[in-house]
Amino acid sequence: MPVREAPVEKPDLKPHDVIVEKKVEEESKEEKPVVNKISVGHVHMSGCTGCLVSFADNYEGLFKILDDYADLVYCLTLVDVRHIPEMDVALVEGSICLQDKSSVKEIRETREKAKVVVALGACACYGNITRFCRGGQWNQPQQESYLPIGDIIDVDIYLPACPPSSQAIRNICVMAYLLLQGTDEQKKLAGAYLKPLMDLAKRGTEACGCDLMVDVINQGLCMGCGTCAASCPVRAIEMVYGKPQIDRDMCIKCGACYTQCPRSFFNFDVMNQFESITEIINSAMGKGGE
Amino acid sequence: MVLGNYKSVCSARSTDSGILSGAQDGGIVTQLFAFALEEGIIDGAIVAGPGEEAWRPEPIVATTREELLAARGTKYTISPNMSLIKEATRSYGLDKVGIVGTPCQIQALRKAQLYPVAMRDVPDKIALAVGIFCMENFPYAGLEAIVEDHCAVKMESAVKMDIGKGKFSTYTERGAVSQIPLKATHKYEQPGCHVCLDYVSNLADISTGSVGSPDGWSTVFARTKIGDNVWAKALAAGCFETKPIEEVKPGLELVTKLATTKITKNQKVLDGRANFGLRADGSAKALRNPYL
Repeated sequence: MPVREAPVEKPDLKPHDVIVEKKVEEESKEEKPVVNKISVGHVHMSGCTGCLVSFADNYEGLFKILDDYADLVYCLTLVDVRHIPEMDVALVEGSICLQDKSSVKEIRETREKAKVVVALGACACYGNITRFCRGGQWNQPQQESYLPIGDIIDVDIYLPACPPSSQAIRNICVMAYLLLQGTDEQKKLAGAYLKPLMDLAKRGTEACGCDLMVDVINQGLCMGCGTCAASCPVRAIEMVYGKPQIDRDMCIKCGACYTQCPRSFFNFDVMNQFESITEIINSAMGKGGE
Repeated sequence: MVLGNYKSVCSARSTDSGILSGAQDGGIVTQLFAFALEEGIIDGAIVAGPGEEAWRPEPIVATTREELLAARGTKYTISPNMSLIKEATRSYGLDKVGIVGTPCQIQALRKAQLYPVAMRDVPDKIALAVGIFCMENFPYAGLEAIVEDHCAVKMESAVKMDIGKGKFSTYTERGAVSQIPLKATHKYEQPGCHVCLDYVSNLADISTGSVGSPDGWSTVFARTKIGDNVWAKALAAGCFETKPIEEVKPGLELVTKLATTKITKNQKVLDGRANFGLRADGSAKALRNPYL
């Protein structure tokens, strides 16, 4: 429907949009009485930039995040800052090449300067496709050993998958903001929300489709919902007679299937509030309800 | 809290005889999706469609009333409906997805929305999640054993299967009914079901099942804002006949009883898993708990 032009006599008041925007502002003020933005950096190691692209694929949501919640203080592709600065949250994309001295130096520096280190995406969490490297490639044939960042530094939060979805990164940003800057109640909720991702960071740096067999089916927990098959980025999982059948040669070790499985973790305290949490995230992103 | 949060509950059945004829009970799921499809509330729905083998469902993305009708009725085995959740928004290009699922599948759906690590563009596209009541499920081979060995009915000859009043019943196309005590089916249950703490799809937008309502009717909970809204619209459109739940037998009391039974039983299983093994120092070695 085309929006009708406002009459000339009232040039300041455009119809619809302005009013809607005001509403949202009031709403967000109520829910987030906080002015301080958190500082976020994107640290690029041996990855394909797909995770950053996924972050950017929040489109106008990215601007909302950067306007209201987070200052992007470091990001080789988007910000003109050369050295890793102090920051609240470091989103690290990619694994670490042991033969690349500057990568090793920078990941250590990241740990020193960031309050919270998030392994963004499967390469940072589990090595992912870089696990398959054996060196000998042009033009740095000696670069053959790639490790998930968790093998070199302590990591606080895991966000696996190749790439983690735009919405997952968005949710983490909002929750990280609430955790650092929210009211007590919001801090509690954000803490509960982030806990399973913190636990994942403690679980280890290896992932594989085999996790479904080892940690779900072998443990007597699989009920055949099919979520793993939907989450696999390379379609290596097929549901056969109600259980995942994994094509292990296809698997890129991204950890998406296990992370997304409802029987890897399922926190009732958070899940039972799915409706209000969705509303909080929507309102934080400026998307009102009706 | 065994019945979860809900805004309203009633006993209902579809007013569409075409839907009711092949429905398990009140035809709620089929009618809801048919209505939502017609109204543009959803673009399509993931349902348990007919598969290659008799009574082995395949999840399908139904985008027409005909496809929905073909998926009527309960199949007592696994249909991995969540396996199509991303595909529905991708290959099928749906912006408003409907999905029906067992309580565990609805849990998986909500996790996919709140932690959508590998669920790009899925979280914001779920328009209607209908959950069904579920005590447990059977692997296909288990269902085959129940129907063919215990009930002595060929899978191809069965036209309906039903669980109720402590019995598993198989109906054939010639009108024969073969019943066995439900107890005999327990050993075929899927192990993963024994750690499930949800009977009535607490996290669905709308959940439904036969328990609590008279034969041919279903109990319906409208739970979320979305669910409440769709349910109200469907009622206003005359899609359903309803009765207040207080006025029907056996009513919510039975739903509560069965939900409590399931949760208590499975909580015991979970407690048992915590003390499953033994460490050298005599302390317990646990199996993995998915809820920690």
